[in-house]
Amino acid sequence: MPTARPLSPHLQIYRWQLTMVLSIIHRATGVALAAGTVLLIALLLALAAGPDAYQTVRAFCASWLGMLMLFGWSWALCFHMFNGLRHLLWDVGWGFEIPRAYLTGWTVVAASLVMTALIWACVFAQGGAA
Amino acid sequence: MSAPDLQTPLKRARGLGSAKDGTHHFIVQRITALALIPLTIWMITLVLALVRADYARAHAIVHHPFAAVWLTAFVIATFWHAQLGLQVVIEDYVRSRWLEVTAQLAVKFFCVVGALTSVLAIVRIALG
Repeated sequence: MPTARPLSPHLQIYRWQLTMVLSIIHRATGVALAAGTVLLIALLLALAAGPDAYQTVRAFCASWLGMLMLFGWSWALCFHMFNGLRHLLWDVGWGFEIPRAYLTGWTVVAASLVMTALIWACVFAQGGAA
Repeated sequence: MSAPDLQTPLKRARGLGSAKDGTHHFIVQRITALALIPLTIWMITLVLALVRADYARAHAIVHHPFAAVWLTAFVIATFWHAQLGLQVVIEDYVRSRWLEVTAQLAVKFFCVVGALTSVLAIVRIALG
């Protein structure tokens, strides 16, 4: 759409700040999680199909690529859930003040990292995946 | 000088779609988000229980009626929420109309087939 009207400054112009970074990450993790559902489908299909198929999926999950994907996916899930909660609080009108938006933003970052660490602590406490 | 506009506001609005479902997308996205908070936390505990499980044990875990029901709810809410979210991302960033329509259809088909596949797999595990 060509237009003569002035355009708003874009990402290259704005100074990077926490609130916009979290907004971008929220979308990125959402897209990544949607892609990650392929693994969920594969797991359920394998479990429905039988031991051989299940073993294949387990072996993939235990491979370095599988572990990397699961690790990224687990953090994306934690982040998207906590930041989603932040969005729901905004939806009811709470937390729009700048200091509060920053406080909840850093809280989301910390909570997502702590929860991811807890999840993987549970995995390795069991002796690792698969 | 152009002719005076004799159309009423109602005439101008007619045919452009009802405003009654304008917030539908927004509301369903929030409802599925709300549902997904407890479902996701439960799902994480389920996956952690599967970490060291062999086939028989994993099958038994998902076979349990409680697990099968919550897993079905998780899967439906997940694909529904994913479709709504991806739709907005495509609306915002894809500039070519052709590409946009194609991507929207692809996302809808993927999410519906993904949900159906998952649910039928769960049913087979639950009844098997």
